[in-house]
Amino acid sequence: MSIKRIHKEQPETFKFNDKSMEAANKIVSNYPDGKQQSAVMALLYIAQRQNDNWIPLQAMKYIAKFLDMPYIKVYEVATFYSMYNLSPVGKYFFQVCTTTPCMLRGAYDLVKVCKNKISEKENELSKDGKISWMEVECLGACVNAPMMQVNEDYYEDLNDKKLEEIIETIYQNKIPKPGSYSGRINAEPVNNRKTLLGNKNA
Amino acid sequence: MLKDEDRIFQNLYNDSGTNIESAKLRNDWNGTKEILEKGREWIINEVKSSELRGRGGAGFPTGLKWSFAPKEVGSRPHYLVINADESEPGTCKDRDILRFEPHKLVEGCLIASYAVNAHKCYIYIRGEYFNEGQKLQTAIDEAYKNNLIGKNALNSGWDLDIYIHYGAGAYICGEETALLESLEGKKGQPRLKPPFPALIGLYGCPTIINNVETVAAVPTILKRGAKWFSSLGRPKNTGTKIYCISGNVNNPCNVEEEMGVPLKELIETHAGGVVGGWDNLKAVIPGGSSMPMLPKEICDNMKMDFDACVENKTGLGTAGIVVINNDQDIIKCMARIARFYKHESCGQCTPCREGSGWMWRMLERMAAGEATPDEVDMLFDVTKQIEGHTICAFGEGSSWPVQGLIRHFKDEILQRNKFDPVVKKQKNIPYLVDQHLLEKENA
Repeated sequence: MSIKRIHKEQPETFKFNDKSMEAANKIVSNYPDGKQQSAVMALLYIAQRQNDNWIPLQAMKYIAKFLDMPYIKVYEVATFYSMYNLSPVGKYFFQVCTTTPCMLRGAYDLVKVCKNKISEKENELSKDGKISWMEVECLGACVNAPMMQVNEDYYEDLNDKKLEEIIETIYQNKIPKPGSYSGRINAEPVNNRKTLLGNKNA
Repeated sequence: MLKDEDRIFQNLYNDSGTNIESAKLRNDWNGTKEILEKGREWIINEVKSSELRGRGGAGFPTGLKWSFAPKEVGSRPHYLVINADESEPGTCKDRDILRFEPHKLVEGCLIASYAVNAHKCYIYIRGEYFNEGQKLQTAIDEAYKNNLIGKNALNSGWDLDIYIHYGAGAYICGEETALLESLEGKKGQPRLKPPFPALIGLYGCPTIINNVETVAAVPTILKRGAKWFSSLGRPKNTGTKIYCISGNVNNPCNVEEEMGVPLKELIETHAGGVVGGWDNLKAVIPGGSSMPMLPKEICDNMKMDFDACVENKTGLGTAGIVVINNDQDIIKCMARIARFYKHESCGQCTPCREGSGWMWRMLERMAAGEATPDEVDMLFDVTKQIEGHTICAFGEGSSWPVQGLIRHFKDEILQRNKFDPVVKKQKNIPYLVDQHLLEKENA
């Protein structure tokens, strides 16, 4: 379960900076006149990105004014969807998929590593405050199971050793390479490809 | 095995790059203008006669769906919405289309929007696929630059704008009316049908909603002809399909194959076989987690298409094949799927909101061997109370897998769960004891 609890310490004010404002205006122009409410999801993302990966209540109020819609409607959206963080998370936010296809291939080993190396409980910051982790539902990369997402990147075909290496690399302030960790290309069968070989060798 | 030249998604593994030049080498954007010139009727009829069925799970005939859009644009504009909110456990086909074959999708959007009279197309991508969405955006930008879409696209006189809308991690937004609600900036809670979106959809306007794979297949079908497409597979189950094979197989992979390919061939040839050999197979979920599982006996001779799956009391769904072998605890696997549904229920209808939690808790107890034998029938009853009593198909999607487990593995559950709440033995557990049955001194 994602934590949908509002953070206790809220900033006093929130305003889009220039970059966010530009992005927000562009998004609003994607939708027909008078239907600017459609942009609320994208604007919440923009606010989240601007505010260190979480959304304060002031940002919801600001977006409500920006889109000329009731504050409660923004609040509803922010609390309904699981990708909006209403409390601070680590700078590197690990989301480990543990739904059945990943579970069959050892996703709970990854959870164990996270517990040992990051923090005992989900949604708790690591000792140096950089990483937090949580279990999530299917991330849609089932043939590359087990996998996890760090911020926007997918790390696929993992096992406990490889995850330990990834965490160590991040502790050293480097960003590990996303993608498959079993040496295969994307979603092709490892060492067993029988289709589209003409393209592969071309 | 399907011949390589008959595969629609030639770049499924990204051998040759995704930019517009390499896409054109794969025959994308070739002859698109001629297709548009043949007119709406021709396009819809050709799609109808190809017998293409929606690839998003329900398998609704695509040509028929397009023909539901009003023929003339009235006071309300039409919209085309592409469903790329792929969240079904076991399914990851749309992801590879979005990142490796984006031009097929954009080209399909142009043709489909022309066929249904839409000038605006929204592509709803799940929020987690941020990088995939960026790749698609690059393709859209390239298409605008080359006048393939935009004002007077391809000099055909047709205007089309394509926008990407990111979701934010709600499985239910893959349901088409929930997707529309989400697109309108609300909570993703499904709407009652009718009215169907084809008449009253996005912003109350006629809206056609298609899956990514369906739309991306359309250009190739129209270029090579409906006859070619319908010659693959068998009647009513034509064409090719991307199968995602995951779970306990040696080489999990995505592969495009003909409709009706035997399940055993898919697993043995492409996925390198079940871990521990075919005899170590326990069960297969054939179409994403919402579809009931099948035991090994049925898998031996099972064919993978819509109708063959229905004959075996399951469904092709999204063709996300999850293989489970004998090393796994099957009840635990289903308990985890039930937890997924409990987490993802949108909370609008009571049977689903409460029932999905009940099913999860009962299955967790059954996995731990703490349930009574009677509870198996009770659980089946709960699934029947959910199924058909909800606004959207989530109720079916959450209860069918549990029904599948009970249908095929009831003996295993019963064997593990022998907890006997008989009064005399368990009198220390107050809530289990019918007090009036106790002997007097204990009462």
